Amino acid sequence: MISLTIDGREVSVFEGTSVLEAARILEIDIPTLCHDPRLKPFGGCRLCIVEIRGMARPVTACTTPAIGGMVVTTTSERLYRLRRTIIELLLSDHPNDCMVCARAGDCTLQEQAYFYKLRLNRFTGEMRDHDRVDANPFIKREMNKCILCGLCVRVCDEVQGVNAIDFAFRGFNARVTPPFEKDLDCEFCGQCVAVCPTGALTGKVWAGEARQKDVKMTDTVCSYCGCGCNITLHTVRDRVVRITSRPDTHNRGWLCAKGRFGYEFINHPDRLKTPLIRRKKGGNLEPAAWEDAFDLIAGQFTRIKEESGPDALGGLASARCTNEENYVFQKFFRAVIGTNNIDHCARY
Amino acid sequence: MAGLATVFGSGAMSNSVAEIERTDALFVIGSNTTENHPIIALRMKQAVRNGAKLIVADPRTIPLVKFAHLHLRHRPGTDITLLNTIMHVIVREGLEDREFIEARTTDFETFQKNLENFTPEYGEKITGVPARDIIEAARIYATAGRAGIYYTMGITQHSMGTDNVISLANLALLTGNIGREATGVNPLRGQNNVQGCCDMGCSPNVFPGYQSLTDPEVRERFEEVWGTRLPDKIGLTASEMIEAMLAGSLKGLYVMGENPAMSDPNTTHTLEAFRKLDFLVVQDIFLTETAELADVVLPAASFAEKDGTFTNSERRVQMVRKALSTPGRAKDDLWILGNLTARMGFNHVFESIRALGYKVPEDNDAKQTIMTPEQAFLEAGLLWPGIRGMTYQRLKNGGIQWPCPSQGHPGTPYLFRDSFPVGRPAFRSITPTESDELVDSDYPYVLTTGRILFQYHTGSMTRRSKALETVAPCPFIEINHRDAALLEILDEDPVTVTSRRGTISLIARVGDRVGPGVVFIPFHYREAAANLLTNNALDPICKIAEAKVCAVRIDKVGPTA
Repeated sequence: MISLTIDGREVSVFEGTSVLEAARILEIDIPTLCHDPRLKPFGGCRLCIVEIRGMARPVTACTTPAIGGMVVTTTSERLYRLRRTIIELLLSDHPNDCMVCARAGDCTLQEQAYFYKLRLNRFTGEMRDHDRVDANPFIKREMNKCILCGLCVRVCDEVQGVNAIDFAFRGFNARVTPPFEKDLDCEFCGQCVAVCPTGALTGKVWAGEARQKDVKMTDTVCSYCGCGCNITLHTVRDRVVRITSRPDTHNRGWLCAKGRFGYEFINHPDRLKTPLIRRKKGGNLEPAAWEDAFDLIAGQFTRIKEESGPDALGGLASARCTNEENYVFQKFFRAVIGTNNIDHCARY
Repeated sequence: MAGLATVFGSGAMSNSVAEIERTDALFVIGSNTTENHPIIALRMKQAVRNGAKLIVADPRTIPLVKFAHLHLRHRPGTDITLLNTIMHVIVREGLEDREFIEARTTDFETFQKNLENFTPEYGEKITGVPARDIIEAARIYATAGRAGIYYTMGITQHSMGTDNVISLANLALLTGNIGREATGVNPLRGQNNVQGCCDMGCSPNVFPGYQSLTDPEVRERFEEVWGTRLPDKIGLTASEMIEAMLAGSLKGLYVMGENPAMSDPNTTHTLEAFRKLDFLVVQDIFLTETAELADVVLPAASFAEKDGTFTNSERRVQMVRKALSTPGRAKDDLWILGNLTARMGFNHVFESIRALGYKVPEDNDAKQTIMTPEQAFLEAGLLWPGIRGMTYQRLKNGGIQWPCPSQGHPGTPYLFRDSFPVGRPAFRSITPTESDELVDSDYPYVLTTGRILFQYHTGSMTRRSKALETVAPCPFIEINHRDAALLEILDEDPVTVTSRRGTISLIARVGDRVGPGVVFIPFHYREAAANLLTNNALDPICKIAEAKVCAVRIDKVGPTA
């Protein structure tokens, strides 16, 4: 363990900890745009600059390892000015369209602009006008909103291992694209959408849906495979409008295409909304009241049980239902019907 | 699961997903992890970045192969020979963990003798994997400090599925790669709550917590808590139910949230069985292929419309929370089951737990038979010590991995640290058997089935999600380019595929994802349901059907080029 001083407060950290991580242990807020604790430090946005005693110029806190005895200052008149200028430069080439942007209210760049009270811009001039190629049904790319922080490029490489995108070109023409600006070899996991700090990458599935106002968030578990990823359902008036995942859970906020984008079935018009009964063999299924359905089931189960014994009945439980439902289901068959004919389809 | 439970005494992932990053070698067999367990696959990729060696054994060049040091492309159905030859090399080169074998296992001597004939050269002949790759795989796995095995249905969905699993357990025991962090034998579970469904006793031979229903003491305890006499006769497995339906001895069936008419191998056979039923009840969120056959269809709640818990692949029990109300007159499953319980005249759901001194709410007089999720969870915990230490209050702060027997217990990331439930696990000599159906001149290709990334199971959810359906809209068959050339089939050509049980039409995808002689079809698509072709031959022990191997013929549709 080594000790250093940040803004006059002492903190002990393991060797190899960055100055940024050390500051966050003390809950000191250093702004960042390109940093994600789940990825390797990048030092691209320069927003996390701090002053370290003995160093002539400010350095990026995310890429500077803490050293014993270091004295760090995270807030000063000079740092404020530098950070404000960084944001101002980014905004000089950013469409001023927060009112129609899917990320409004949930955008790191917007938050920084608000914090530094940037209304007018000293650097007005030419702006990028990137072509948008949006042939896929999952991810909407608005590259003129991209600040080249590299989070999407790095998550695709360091986490997903796909390398579907990377930086290309230089200077004003620099942009994030698939190899040679050709086909996108993408798994549509949407990890890039989840880490994008601006509105450059958003989900097409939730385009035009409610953004922040009146959106209810519910933490739950994904209902697809056995990974059991934690997800947050964003809902508005009984409709799922988006799915996200918190980074502080066992899946670390990462999801797949199904988990992140495959939620339309929940509010699908095909959902069963009423009990159905086939009144005679060969007839059609017709809507019925719950009472009638229960009467019919109880009547038939009782009849079969009386005529042929409880083992003439069986139940298939579900690998899709909750533990509680499965518990009660097998109890129903064992205790109420009186048979152990109970199984589920996903046998291993 | 029967295989693992036989060897170790517990059938679940022995270790945790997060530990994968800390393994030194990974042996992934019969699991297309990146497509079927994408988030677990992220940990595997991280392990490789951290320096671990990855061995993938799969008849197909699955996406994970890109990250592998070694790809063993064995013929479908030859897993046992492959594993026995790997173990032969380990013993021949003296790489086994003698200390572990002596301290914690039994029956090694006979087992070792059985391996003698399984030379890598013999392995190459049977499996098609070059002998030098078998030797290298053995060295990588056995010399790693910590090595983990990961598998799914590619191992289990065979007529010798149980023997496949036992062979994997042998491999772990041989090298002492079990009972330690970042090692183990790890079945990755394919559905969100298969683990929980098994844990909760939805099997014909066990009560919740894998407690034997033929053990009188166990049964007495359940009779006490449930307040009724319980049957002691082991029931029918799902596949035995199908046969009993055909024989006319099983007359009434209640299906909650499954779609066997689409997901079971040999669909024609399954459909015939369902049509023979006197009375079928299906409870689901969509009118599935199975629901279309029902006499009564009950509209249920989706996962977003109810509270409860799911148990993921690594035994982690996690809270599921209600975010929406159910559509129309749909109801959650506990409400439905509670009402049916009352209709069947069973009105003392809460009395016996009250008698045991547990508080249950007094205010639901109207429906004395409907349990809340929390009540059901607590009652399950009363009966199964594995989750007794978990409460909804604790689970709110994050999932807990069973066993968790008491309130202060933190849960168990990996099993068997100090002991196995069976005491000392025995090595079991496994002799390879052939798949139930082999290729011949009429049906010259081996069909294997599975899932793809953008669809899920029988598609009732993913096919109703527009974006997913857009990128994976239609069924296809993967054919090796050598076979395609012989059959004069080009990429995207329509073909028919025929087995002894049925015929389907789909599009050919020509490439080298499968080896020559092998073809692959995803089973999500009702318009070309792969399970019309597959074989329902059963593993004799755990009664799982052989969905992963059957013989087929491929015919080009239309004029030949």
